[in-house]
This record gives sequence, C-alpha cells and structure tokens, in this order.
Amino acid sequence: MVNDSSEDQFPRYQYTLFLGCTVPVRALNYEVSARKVADRLGIHLHDIPEFSCCGYPIKSVNRYAYLLMAARNLALAEKKGHLLCTLCSACCGSLSEANHEIQQDQSLRQRINKDLSESLGMKYEGKVHITHFTRILQKEIGKETISKQVKLNLSSIRVAPHYGCHYIKPSTLYGRIEDPENPKSLDELIQATGAESIPYEDKLQCCGGGILAIDEQIALRMSQKKLEHIQAQKGDAMVLICPFCSVMYEGNQRKIEKAFQKEYKLPILFYPQLLGLAMGMEPDELGVKMNRVRPTEILKKLKPEVNLK
Amino acid sequence: MINSKDLDPNFKFLIASEPGGENIKRCFACGTCTGGCPVREITEVYNPRRIIRMALLGMKKEVLSSPFIWLCSSCYTCFERCPQDVKIPDLMNAIRNIAVREGYIPQAMKAQIDLLYSSGRLLEVTDFENEKRKELALPLIDGRTDDIKKIFEKLGLHGE
Repeated sequence: MVNDSSEDQFPRYQYTLFLGCTVPVRALNYEVSARKVADRLGIHLHDIPEFSCCGYPIKSVNRYAYLLMAARNLALAEKKGHLLCTLCSACCGSLSEANHEIQQDQSLRQRINKDLSESLGMKYEGKVHITHFTRILQKEIGKETISKQVKLNLSSIRVAPHYGCHYIKPSTLYGRIEDPENPKSLDELIQATGAESIPYEDKLQCCGGGILAIDEQIALRMSQKKLEHIQAQKGDAMVLICPFCSVMYEGNQRKIEKAFQKEYKLPILFYPQLLGLAMGMEPDELGVKMNRVRPTEILKKLKPEVNLK
Repeated sequence: MINSKDLDPNFKFLIASEPGGENIKRCFACGTCTGGCPVREITEVYNPRRIIRMALLGMKKEVLSSPFIWLCSSCYTCFERCPQDVKIPDLMNAIRNIAVREGYIPQAMKAQIDLLYSSGRLLEVTDFENEKRKELALPLIDGRTDDIKKIFEKLGLHGE
C-alpha cells in the first residue's frame, strides 16, 4: 500500500467505512471531518459504494428482513476483509446486533445464507467485526496520542457531550465497554482536545430520533429538553457522534425553537470537527460551513483571524 | 373495562415465541422501565409497564391495534435497568412485528418500507448528492437498489 499523507509514527489501522443513510445526505460535515482526522491519525478508511441502509428502520416491521439487509452489508464488508467502522451509532448497534445473532445461531445463519445466495448470489460467514469511529479514537488511538496532536488551545471552550443511546447501549452488545449509566469516553476525548466537557441535567437522555417519523411532537420535545439543559449551563456547543442525533438537535433546532417559542442557537459539533480544530485544521477543511447553526462565537474565540461567512 | 371473555390467554405465548419477546413472562410489573423512560416523561400515552401488563393479561386486540406500541424510541435505558431482563425494546419490536402481520402498520412505517424498497436507503442518494461528494473529493456512492428490492420481494414485503 502506498504511504501517503499519514504520519509514520502511527501504526496503520485499516477499516471499511459504513456510512449508512443519514451521513451522505444530511451530515457530510461529519464524514468530511472524520475522514480528515482519520487520515492524520493513521486510520485508513476503505469504501464500498454498494452498501445500503443498515436495516435498522425495518426491524420493527419485519425482524428477518432487517437481519437479511444487515447480512448483505456484512457480506460485502467480509469480502474486503477489514474491520467495519460506522459513523452512525444506530448503524453500529443494528449491524452489531445482527452480526452477533448470525454468528451465534447456526440455523439462522443457514437460513440467511440460503436467502442471500438464492436472491443475490452472496454469502456471509460471520467474520466481520463492527466498531464505532469514536471507539477507534478511544481504544486504538487513545486520548494520550490525541492530546499530543493538539496544536490549537481550546481551553476557553465549554462543550456538552451527547453520548446518544446506541453508542453505549445495550451494553452487553458491546461487551460492557463502559458503564451505560456513567460513560466517560466522550468526556475524555473532549478533554484530550483541551476543551472543557461540562456536566448538565439528563446528560444521557435520548434525542428522540427513534420516534421522529411516528410522532414528531414527542420527538421534538425530547430534543428540546436537552437544548434547554445545555443552555442553562451556558455551554458553547453540544458535541455528538451520531448523525441522527444531529438531525434532531441541529437539523430540527429551528423547528424546535418555533414549536416551543424559545431561542437556543446552540452550535452542534461532531466530535471529529472539534478534534480537527484542536489539531490545527481549518474550519473549512472540517466542513464547518455545512453546520446549520454556525459556531461563530466559538471560532471567534479560537481563531479571531478567520472570517466564517 | 376488561371483560375476561375478550382476553386471549395465548397472546403471551405468541409474543414469547416471537424473536425478542422471549422474556415477557418474567415481568413482575415493578415499573423500573416506565420510571426511567424518556418518552414516558413527555407523554402518558406511552407506558411500557402498562403495555406489558395488558399483553400478559391477553388484551391482544387492544395492544396490537394501539399506536402506543410504536412509541418506544429504542434508547435501551429500560433494557439496562430491568431486574428481570425482559429486554423491553426487543419486546416492543416483537409485538410490532406481530401487529404488522395482523394488519396494523402505521403509515410512517409503510412510507419507510417504500423508501427502502425503491432506493435501498431511507434517504436516497441521487446525482445531486454524488455531485456534492465529487466537489468535496469524497468517494461516490452507488445508487444501485436492485438487491434490496430482491430481498423485499422474496419476503413479500414490497410496498403497494
């Protein structure tokens, strides 16, 4: 493999990147910044253009169809041979769950493979391992290495971490990698950038995205409560790691403001954007122009010379 | 009011035989699920303990036809806390799968099936998205959809 821009002091990590539905259409800033940061940290992300939806949305309607959709994606990934990395926490959860089930249940695996083979000429042997991009940063790269990469002082920035649900739960699915009632990985990754990770009420609350299509008012109210709690703590931004949580807090923030007659204007950053800024990358390189709530105040503090339209 | 003649004593067995519903009979109605539920905090319409109780009593039609079974946001808070390991988000999906087979499916879910059937994704990647990707030097995404169509057709799932 050609040795390109990555720095040599890092070992090579090879992953296949699973984008899912939301990232390529509604969170390109997440994809751009994650790829940029990954490249700098020696994480190689390979692409498979034929990936579809992970299968999550159809789980409630027909569980077997969900397993089959997931298995098709896993079969594509298995051919490439690398570990599979997701940016979306719901994709991570749904692919992991399907994977475990297919690995453990031999008769299910046979049924899936019969259908995959008959319909698509494909086969899944159960060899893929799935992980979330943030877990790679936490477990493989590590906060010490990350803090050594920091070039810009973020100590004046106070951000509220939003873990979301599927990144930590069900904890048994992820080998109880951290306490689901008191997770620390995102706080620590934020601290590694030099920014302050602030506490706030109901920090582990769900964004409501899972029921947005079923009952928009309830979903928006769930998101609104969190915006409220972060505003109460005077956070400069929310930092998150799931594109669907971002749809709720950023994409729907104006709608929430209208529905509840409140103003939040809370910038929502994807963790790789925060990390990229700390590593000295320019806001443009990190897709910050695509953030719908512009983090103008943060950038003013950090980079007075940058004029972000 | 419950009328015992209308109850279906086999409903709980039907649920327990559905993937995800296996542990329903373990529930001792402690309410830990409801107490920590973020949806319940917003609306009284959704109450997992009540839904499980109704299911155990055999209120089949009331449970399957009710919109409230679709309100679990799958946050897994109750999954972590349930002392009886009822795996409530999985249980809700088991009940929803049964409801769909019995003809109760929300319009929103029908729409999602149609989207998945036609483009393989919940949000279609068109030339417009790929043009943007080109500008940002991102690898292009294949808009190919035949595989998901084939899967859905095999399972008799394609939307009308």
